[in-house]
Amino acid sequence: MWNFVFRRFLVAIPTLLLISVLIFGVIQLQPGGFLENMLDDPRVSRETVETIRKQYGLDQPVWVQYLSWLGGFVRGDFGYSFLNNRPVAGLIWERLGWTVFLALLTILVTWVVAIPLGIYTALRRHGLGATVANLIGYFGLATPDFLVALLLIFAVLSSGGTNVGGLFSPQYIDAPWSWEKFKDMLAHLWIPLIVIGLDGTASIMRQMRANMLDVLTQDYIRTARSKGLAERVVLWKHAVRNAINPLISIAGLTLPNLISSTIIASIVLNLPTIGPFLYQSLLDKDQYVVMALLMLSAVLLMIGNLLADLALAWADPRIRYE
Amino acid sequence: MSAQATARKPRIDRNNPLYLAWRRFLKNKPGVVSAIVLAILYLVALFAGFLAPYNLTTQHPDAVYQPPQRVYIIRDGRLVRPFVYQLEKKRDPVTFIASYQEDKTRPTPIRFFVRQGEPYSFFGIKTDLHLFGVSEGYFFPLGTDQFGRDLLSRMLVGSQVSLTVGVIGVIISFAIGILLGGISGYFGGWIDTVIQRTTEVLLSIPRLPILMALSTIIPASWPSTYVYLGIIAVLSFIGWAGLARVVRGQVLAAREVDYVTAARAIGAPNLRIILRHITPNLTSYLIVTATLALPGYIIGESALSFLGLGIKEPMASWGLLLKDAQNFQALNLYPWLLTPGILIFFSVLAYNFFGDALRDAADVRSVD
Repeated sequence: MWNFVFRRFLVAIPTLLLISVLIFGVIQLQPGGFLENMLDDPRVSRETVETIRKQYGLDQPVWVQYLSWLGGFVRGDFGYSFLNNRPVAGLIWERLGWTVFLALLTILVTWVVAIPLGIYTALRRHGLGATVANLIGYFGLATPDFLVALLLIFAVLSSGGTNVGGLFSPQYIDAPWSWEKFKDMLAHLWIPLIVIGLDGTASIMRQMRANMLDVLTQDYIRTARSKGLAERVVLWKHAVRNAINPLISIAGLTLPNLISSTIIASIVLNLPTIGPFLYQSLLDKDQYVVMALLMLSAVLLMIGNLLADLALAWADPRIRYE
Repeated sequence: MSAQATARKPRIDRNNPLYLAWRRFLKNKPGVVSAIVLAILYLVALFAGFLAPYNLTTQHPDAVYQPPQRVYIIRDGRLVRPFVYQLEKKRDPVTFIASYQEDKTRPTPIRFFVRQGEPYSFFGIKTDLHLFGVSEGYFFPLGTDQFGRDLLSRMLVGSQVSLTVGVIGVIISFAIGILLGGISGYFGGWIDTVIQRTTEVLLSIPRLPILMALSTIIPASWPSTYVYLGIIAVLSFIGWAGLARVVRGQVLAAREVDYVTAARAIGAPNLRIILRHITPNLTSYLIVTATLALPGYIIGESALSFLGLGIKEPMASWGLLLKDAQNFQALNLYPWLLTPGILIFFSVLAYNFFGDALRDAADVRSVD
């Protein structure tokens, strides 16, 4: 297995290098820049800006800038945020915790909800529950995440609630962890979970339903039934076990969506993740922050895909590491 | 013989694959309904100037954030032609929040095919004919925004942007995707490796962040029509990669087919083989893929515009209209600002069902 992981890393290196070139190029193409914008402030002289430019090597040829950025990135030095007057790395680590927490929690909730729903809608194909689940599924697939967020916010506000936006009520933001703070977080958390997880849940549910319907017509299910196994055993040991496997590779495919959803949901709901940070930095052309966040999202995606492949190999004995 | 042949001619060939596909498509109820919905949406976009009572940018400073006006057909217990009441603005003395109330003394009949509205141009023809309007006061069926602009008119005219971004974007993506995917699959070797690596790079960055970054390349000084084209370019730049990968797989399979070998044997140029011999046989497959890819463009454009990184004023798109609802307070006080979302929902859903139906219909192996 480690051999497989190691080879995957080797293959990922050239891709990541190309990604870094693309990201750097995109940022170079941006008109203006943070330092250019600083000149709008009458208190900032051209000399000051030139000094800063020299200090961060921004007066060097483009390829030198690229190499020094890449060299720093590999060593964990992501550059300097002009907007916050701090190194980028620290700023990102502060927000990465909540980002990963939200993403992982969403994956967990998505699967816990979607798999049983998929099984249920496959077994009771024409029941009321299945119809409702399918309708919600279609709604989730066809509604952009930010619209889901707006609708939920409106629903909460118009029913008199105030727990929208952020992860905590104002009085708990800097408070130490307590039972009250935890409850407050749960009251806020369900909105982002739905916003981020809805389309993933819908697609996994649909896939699980299709897999179940497929598996249930297989010969081995009939064999299991005809040798007198309890329906419960047929269902869980024979059908579900086989229907779940293809979903694990889907998990890797839903990951980019999950990252995108987390970003836009965080911007709308004002969550302390990298989403609003990326957005603000893009608007202010805080170039090192943007480049670092884009690179990180690509790296996260690759790690996620690798984990999905490993999980697939673990769950399906027919798959070997190749 | 010849008499028989002419007699048979008007009859439809029941084994014609296109006819069979059409029959299969008609059996798919959601698909047919979606096709009708899409046709209506595009017709509405085409005739937006006529259907919209006001212009995209006309501001009504005395009717800021006016709620939707209700249409009545019964007055004093009698059925009359549709009319609305004018709304009267009142300010809360404490919070200064404006509220509107119906002025029951001022019923205004809605008139159809009115000529006194604002002029617009339809394919270069200047006209002021509108489907409906009122002769005095205002009629805002879906309310107004922060500048008193009619939301319905903005939604209708905005659909021209929202519905075309996807189609143009997919066409451009497909042109690039078919060409590069075809070359990649057909030639193999180092060209294949280079193109495969490029698509891999584009596919390994999450979609939204890279779209956001790319859209900031568009200079702020550009006029809104250039920005519109820029957004299409941004969406296509990311969108072609997935399509190229799909085309490559199909071309790899088609490369060894006899007619391709034959074309090569008579010395047809490679590009001609890709575009004239291989691609036409993938047509149905490509159309289905294009239809199913379209919702992604509509959602992508709406997300970018919603974030203020996409379509900009004075143009309008559904996403840009929803941007006004981003503020929690505005959302709570003026919930009608959310109505453009309905159009996003229906168009995306319709494209999904339509694409599914096309896929089922085009599948020649499926049992009729």
